[in-house]
Amino acid sequence: MIVPASPDPAKPDLSTPPVAENSLASALPPFSPSAILPRLLARFPAATIELVPNPGPAAEHSLLLDAAHAREIATFLRDDDMLRLDYCSNATGIDWPEKEIVDTVKKSVPDPAGGPDKVVEEKTKRIQPGYLETVYHLYSMARKHGPVILRLRTENRNDRIFLPSLTPVWKSCDFQEREIFDLYGIVFLGHPDLRRLLMWDGFKDHPMRRDYVAPDDFEWEPTPHGSVLDRAKGHYPKTEGLNS
Amino acid sequence: MRAVHDEFHGDLLEVSMGPQHPSTHGVFRMVVTLDGEQIVKLKPVFGYLHRNHEKIAESTSYLSSMPYTDRLDYLCSMSNNWAYALAVEKLGGLTVPDRAQYLRVIMAELTRLVNHSCLVGFLFNDLGTSFTPLLYAFREREKILDLFESLSGSRMMCNYQRFGGCRVDPPPAWLAAASALVDNFPRFLDEYETMLTGNEIMLARTQGIGPMGAAQAINAGITGPCLRATGVDYDLRKVDAYGFYPRFNFRVPLGAHGDTYDRYMMRILEMRESVKILQQAFRELPAGPIMDPKAKLRGFRPKVGEAYGRLEGPKGELGFYLISDGSTNPWRYRVRPPSLINLTLLEELCLGRTIADAVVILGSIDIVLGEVDR
Amino acid sequence: MLGSGILKGLAVTAKNFVGSYHNPARMVTQEYPDVQPQLPANYRNFPFLVTENATDPMGTMRCVACQICEKECPPQCIYIEKSKDKKPDANGKLQLYPAVFDIDTAVCMSCQLCVEVCPFDAIKMDHVFAIAATNRFSGLLLNREELAKPNTYFHEIRPDEAAEVDGRLAAERAAAEEKAKAAAAAKATAATATKPATGGAAAP
Ligand code: SF4
Ligand code: SF4
Repeated sequence: MIVPASPDPAKPDLSTPPVAENSLASALPPFSPSAILPRLLARFPAATIELVPNPGPAAEHSLLLDAAHAREIATFLRDDDMLRLDYCSNATGIDWPEKEIVDTVKKSVPDPAGGPDKVVEEKTKRIQPGYLETVYHLYSMARKHGPVILRLRTENRNDRIFLPSLTPVWKSCDFQEREIFDLYGIVFLGHPDLRRLLMWDGFKDHPMRRDYVAPDDFEWEPTPHGSVLDRAKGHYPKTEGLNS
Repeated sequence: MRAVHDEFHGDLLEVSMGPQHPSTHGVFRMVVTLDGEQIVKLKPVFGYLHRNHEKIAESTSYLSSMPYTDRLDYLCSMSNNWAYALAVEKLGGLTVPDRAQYLRVIMAELTRLVNHSCLVGFLFNDLGTSFTPLLYAFREREKILDLFESLSGSRMMCNYQRFGGCRVDPPPAWLAAASALVDNFPRFLDEYETMLTGNEIMLARTQGIGPMGAAQAINAGITGPCLRATGVDYDLRKVDAYGFYPRFNFRVPLGAHGDTYDRYMMRILEMRESVKILQQAFRELPAGPIMDPKAKLRGFRPKVGEAYGRLEGPKGELGFYLISDGSTNPWRYRVRPPSLINLTLLEELCLGRTIADAVVILGSIDIVLGEVDR
Repeated sequence: MLGSGILKGLAVTAKNFVGSYHNPARMVTQEYPDVQPQLPANYRNFPFLVTENATDPMGTMRCVACQICEKECPPQCIYIEKSKDKKPDANGKLQLYPAVFDIDTAVCMSCQLCVEVCPFDAIKMDHVFAIAATNRFSGLLLNREELAKPNTYFHEIRPDEAAEVDGRLAAERAAAEEKAKAAAAAKATAATATKPATGGAAAP
């Protein structure tokens, strides 16, 4: 998984961003996250901001903000003269369900018989709690650079699903945050008009979540295919045309 | 339609326009609150064409999503294909051979001609010139769609681009026909403009209607011709320099007032620039392969990572955001739909105007519901 | 002058109106059911299965029921059941064949991915678009008998592609024969030669 999905700061890959930041900072474009991060940390000492590396070929790393300071930081990014990230192109939600992670630690155990040390693998299982995430892709139309990618994470997937809305900073998030609220169920605090966007008002669930189960109430095409076949049979007991 | 009471305005009328309304360009609905003839509130209602394209794409392979992207903005399937291919190429680190790059530019610009000429036709429909301009546009569009059909097999659902190249290599006869069509296109544009641009009724009904400010437009994420009509020079073909666009000589037309008339002119001027790009592309098209030999269509598994690929579609910035978890299906597949986000300012533009103006403003924004609702 | 723009526009429409009676380039309407449209060779509608031989379509189907197309089809409208036995294909090699091969054209979105992924050139896109049926379930679900069309038909609708496929298949066939012959020859030499101590002869 790309995002070092654990909020656990002890996890090693979080603390070592893949780009050397300090020595290169002057040579980096001003919008690269490693250049922004020290500035943000200096400006917002109380905020916890992390660099989330992207191991893929695109190598667009992102900044994980804490919800409490997100809107201040976003406003700073928008108005800062060097960055001028005046345009939020894309806002989207992601669902990261609970996951079981097996950590393997190699230990060398001295052999009681006096031989060479034995290497023993110790496996520990831990449950990485699930969370919902929003991602914002920022660009600057004034400076014609970007993207700067911001991430925000909810505390869990069930009840602590609140994040600050960035619509007051970028109006382009308006419909997109409504869509995230609709499809993922993240509640955006401070959004001016938080209603469902695509599903109808009485709809209960959030269809883009990974554990969403589609209702079995629509008309099935009798595509004779695996599970669909069984369900189709349930709906049309005497379906013709299934010539298998 | 129902009467509503407002402490400030007194008695108002709430009108539900759509989802089945000839002027809302598909199954789009606006709940308009009227004070006499003036609009005091306008709330767009979406979702009538929602099919959760993103969820479908997350449960199929990377290749299988390609034909679904045709159905987003069904007037511009070639650009949609390219935007998706661009994102997957960024995600998987694929390269594209030169000939394919040129073919992509050709297809994207032909698509722009299709989209803009039809949009102008639809805009005039909304203005009340029932169908004449639209049919003139359709006449030209038909020729381009015939080209698409003979190349890709389908007029609108082209499914032509692949990650790492294009699907079919056009034979010389196709290129000759396309090149002839492009050379003749300015004549159509001249005729079209003679018919439409000077029309006094059109001028009276578009100039100064629904003006958008530059700062307002940027903040609301408006992209494409609507943004450039406000004078903001932001064309991804220049800014991101994706594909082979840096090799092409073309200008980015800019408006000044951001009103409906500027949005209309932006389309006409962009078509003229597209013709220039196309002529240059037909002149310079190199021979060679059209697929990256390393590209693998079936069982494509990009490395773990994420990528956001975007391009200048005819309607604005079309983006695809993909997250790979290393399997054959994307973990997250997101479409950044320009049609939806360009509607952000619809209410602001329409406040204080009449329903007839709201219809024209909506027409000049250019939406396709397949993309708005996904 | 106010109104000159409108007059100019009217002149354009008048010219086009008159032209639509005289100028053949403007007479674009086709009398559809009487005049059938000329479809370009690349036109695609729904898939069909290529058979080598028109007289024995079920016996000479190119499809080997590998189920790749079934897996890749985006809306999952293909359904295949493999045969239990094997039949020789055009190369004489024993292959499986599809005991059941259904395509639900009510669901198919004519994307041509099945054609692209098929490694055996067994499935191709058809030109038939008039497929109206009175029953949307059984009428639009095509089974293997309805899908099978001979190679000659493929040549009719897409001459270039069919010729290219035939050439490729013939080359493959020739190569296979060559290889078989070489293998046979190698075997023969190995048999005539005195048994080598290694015992691993004839490994070309
Ligand atoms: S049509 Fe082709 S891909 Fe599909 S099962 Fe037959 S041989 Fe395999
Ligand atoms: S054309 Fe597309 S939808 Fe139709 S059967 Fe083939 S893969 Fe499936």
